Amino acid sequence: MNSLQLVWKNITQQLGSTLLSVLLTAFGVAILCVIYITGETFEKQLSSNTKNIDLVVGEKGSPLQLILSSLYHVDNPTGNIRLDAARELSGNPFIELAVPISLGDNFNGHRLIGTEPSYLDLYNLRIKEGSLWSDSFEAVIGSDVARKQKLKIGDVFHTAHGLAADGHVHDEHPFRIVGILERSNTVVDNLILCNLESVWDVHGIAHGDHDHDDHADDGHEHSHEHDAADGHDHHDHDDAAAHHQHSDTGADGHQHHEHEDDGEIVAERPREAFVKNIGDDMLEARGDEVTALLVKYASPAAMGIVPRLVNQSTDMQAASPAIESTRLFALLGVGLDSLAVLAYVIMAIAGLSVFISLYNALKQRKYDLAVMRSMGASKTKLFSLVLVEGLVITCLGGFIGLLLGHAALFIINEQASESAAFIEALRFNSRELLLILAACLIGAIAAVIPAIKAYRTSISAVLGDR
Amino acid sequence: MADIVLSSTQLSYQYPQGTNLSFPDIRVQGGLHCLLLGDSGKGKTTLLHLLSGFSAPTTGEVRLMDQSLYALRGSSLDAFRAKNLGFIFQEAHLLRNLTVAENIMLAQNLAKNPVDEAEVMHVLEQLQLGEKANSLPHQLSRGQKQRVAIARAVINRPALLLADEPTASLDDNNTALVLKLLFDIAGNYGSTLLIATHDKRIKDQFTNSYQL
Repeated sequence: MNSLQLVWKNITQQLGSTLLSVLLTAFGVAILCVIYITGETFEKQLSSNTKNIDLVVGEKGSPLQLILSSLYHVDNPTGNIRLDAARELSGNPFIELAVPISLGDNFNGHRLIGTEPSYLDLYNLRIKEGSLWSDSFEAVIGSDVARKQKLKIGDVFHTAHGLAADGHVHDEHPFRIVGILERSNTVVDNLILCNLESVWDVHGIAHGDHDHDDHADDGHEHSHEHDAADGHDHHDHDDAAAHHQHSDTGADGHQHHEHEDDGEIVAERPREAFVKNIGDDMLEARGDEVTALLVKYASPAAMGIVPRLVNQSTDMQAASPAIESTRLFALLGVGLDSLAVLAYVIMAIAGLSVFISLYNALKQRKYDLAVMRSMGASKTKLFSLVLVEGLVITCLGGFIGLLLGHAALFIINEQASESAAFIEALRFNSRELLLILAACLIGAIAAVIPAIKAYRTSISAVLGDR
Repeated sequence: MADIVLSSTQLSYQYPQGTNLSFPDIRVQGGLHCLLLGDSGKGKTTLLHLLSGFSAPTTGEVRLMDQSLYALRGSSLDAFRAKNLGFIFQEAHLLRNLTVAENIMLAQNLAKNPVDEAEVMHVLEQLQLGEKANSLPHQLSRGQKQRVAIARAVINRPALLLADEPTASLDDNNTALVLKLLFDIAGNYGSTLLIATHDKRIKDQFTNSYQL
């Protein structure tokens, strides 16, 4: 019967109040753990995803939305910009590198990015397996895409229209995987890259080196029959899975407004009006368009010149990742701070609960303590026993809290779209031990008064008056 | 002549409310069991607490195993008491969340003696409590609890075993049984017994007694 066994016996004796204290501590630590890891991951992502990108140029609209959609791939783009305007800007001597990107499709939630090979330079990406695309409909996938979707070189997949996984499936344009990227711990791990032409071709956009009319010959007449306002969304499919096979004939192309599956007429799905459909913009036949241009400055002096040049003399907007990321983090920070306050309150209540629990237990255990003193337990021994009880309760709560926090992060990550799933929920950080230490500190503080009371136990006063 | 285990001289104690009690000088020889006899309110329990070092006297001195008890302070006194003195309270005061065996092992642990389960079982067998080793205090009768308290007091083989009213509220038969048990167990563990009681029935069984 050593001291720790005795402590364990004591805290399990008061199971109800101990459990309450443990749970309160656990909830407080869990919330702080979620806030801490989410905040840290966001910060890391904000910095790693914008490391080499000084400016994003896109369609006028919300600059934050432009950054979110073009760099973090968590929002819908503001619209499209003309490729020739983007090319013209790229030639500016203040710009070292300018990479156009075109969004519009996804595969099981992983966004398809039409871009150029220099995109890899922006993120310092390396091909782990296979090679870069050399033709349209060849795709290079991020490491997480390969892992999560169990894809390998040579596999073929069909993208779905739009940025949601349940969009219309482009069965007629299968992509073949030709390369898999090394893990970069950036958002690119969850992306699929291809050339710009592939994105245009999927949506039947006429472009300089790939005329969509060619497709009509082989039975794929896509956009030309669409109304620009409707785009692909007017198609409705009973089966929205990415590999759904159309019953369209080549002559009909996508002109069907409804499909008849198993003899049942499937009604048209109402369009989600607020979602900006990139394909729709492209279909307005304004020539080759891209979603955004990612820019790396040639010198710091460009910072004061290029954004002004874009915003004042073009119909595009320039958004600074640094400014918008800071703004985003400030916005997120308010929410995180509020949650943190809640967690601190819960932790304080946990401390109060430990205090009440130990204090009440002490009243019942005064004879036990006096007898222990009579058997040779020093005053310090009784003090430390009660203190350790407080520590064990909150430490236990702390560890359970960390487990709960990581479980919550895992669930959050599972719920997030594939492109935004970057929280490493199952990875423990040594700094999380600080949370355990904080919990222990609360336990110790809460136990100090009961411990002092135990320290002052007088054998004669307790056992002499019975 | 055996060594003096316990001696007290000119002990007096003033209660917080002002009452002052003076006690006779006491000498207890090793192996010669001793009785403190006195009616209720005469200060028997107070004297036992002074002799154990639980409280400090207003005047006087107590020597246990030739060590002046009040010359020791804090944890030194606690450690000395744990090694040399066993105390049987009027109530058993067993720790309710520990089993019978654990209650006794705790006494070994607090005296910084090695926890010896075999020794614990041995003392429990002597007190006919072997089968109760894993029982919790609330599963025991009052008599069984008292025997566990005796086992706990002797497990560290103290030089002096103090018992406060061990036969209170017992009938003649049980009084005789408890006394025999105390004499036997004190003998087996090499302890000298000092009993404080108001029970005049047991006076004849002691050659060395003090009246309060």
